[in-house]
Amino acid sequence: MVRFALVAVLLLLAPMASAQVADVYNFETTQQEQRFQDLIAELRCPKCQNQNIADSNSPISKDMRAEVYRRMRAGESNDEIVDALVNRFGEFILYRPQVEKRTILLWATPAIAVLGGLLVVIGVIVRSRRQTDETPELTAEEKARVAKILAEDDQDNRA
Amino acid sequence: MKRFLLFLPLLIAVVLGVVLFAGIGKDPTKLESALIGKPVPAFNLEDLNTPETQLNETLFKGKVQLLNVWGTWCPACRDEHDDLMWLAEEQGVSIVGLNYKDNRDDALVWLDRLGNPYSTSIYDPRGTLGFDLGVYGAPETFVIDEQGVVRYRHVGVVNEKIWQETLLPVINDIRENG
Repeated sequence: MVRFALVAVLLLLAPMASAQVADVYNFETTQQEQRFQDLIAELRCPKCQNQNIADSNSPISKDMRAEVYRRMRAGESNDEIVDALVNRFGEFILYRPQVEKRTILLWATPAIAVLGGLLVVIGVIVRSRRQTDETPELTAEEKARVAKILAEDDQDNRA
Repeated sequence: MKRFLLFLPLLIAVVLGVVLFAGIGKDPTKLESALIGKPVPAFNLEDLNTPETQLNETLFKGKVQLLNVWGTWCPACRDEHDDLMWLAEEQGVSIVGLNYKDNRDDALVWLDRLGNPYSTSIYDPRGTLGFDLGVYGAPETFVIDEQGVVRYRHVGVVNEKIWQETLLPVINDIRENG
């Protein structure tokens, strides 16, 4: 009986533990709620910097969530909502900055790094190929010498 | 060619070092305002001292002014207050106050006790104008030109050093070059 009560209490508490943000917004459909959650997870808090506005409890994040909700309610598209916030707080709040001349290097860095690594690997392979190609075969005389040395070694071990 | 390749890692390290060194000393919490070069957003808010007076963005037309965002809940604003008094009284700077997410009575008591450096005070209890200005904390101080265009934003406390080295040059530049 005690165990049953404990489980019941834990089950009741579980949703509380998973709720990150205290303020409550009403949505008509689960898709809308998902859209809201996706949007606030994509926006960075300008005050706390290493948190998105979904996780942050700072007043500015609260205001930003309210603004996202208000604009969603007003029927704005995701791009319109994000633009409205960028116009106020700057591009800093985007975890994924827009692709443009100024940010192209940022976007290209992973590709450049992979390409660089690939070039190094290719270089290593080509070089090792060339080296094996260049290694000359042993002459008959050298082979005889190797056999002799190995044979002597064998005898030494046995002795 | 091979010799050059040998020095490539060193070259990369030096370039990376220069780039990273340039970032040292920069405060990452001080963000460039997205509003630089844009007019002060439209607003309609009460005057802090006289609730019946409505203020709007035309307040910023006609002269170069500072817009100082503050609240009685903000300890750094208390640190800054004496310097704002000095700016207004000794330097003759016109400062518009934006009382941000505050309580009117608290704000009026504060100005009564500590002195009022503001030529006009906007009362923004819900922080709507603050939000449109991209304010993410207090204090913040904007330099606004005669056309009502935001020219500079300083995040944090204004003191004599910030005034001399940062804000005054911006204002002088506006006065000289428009």
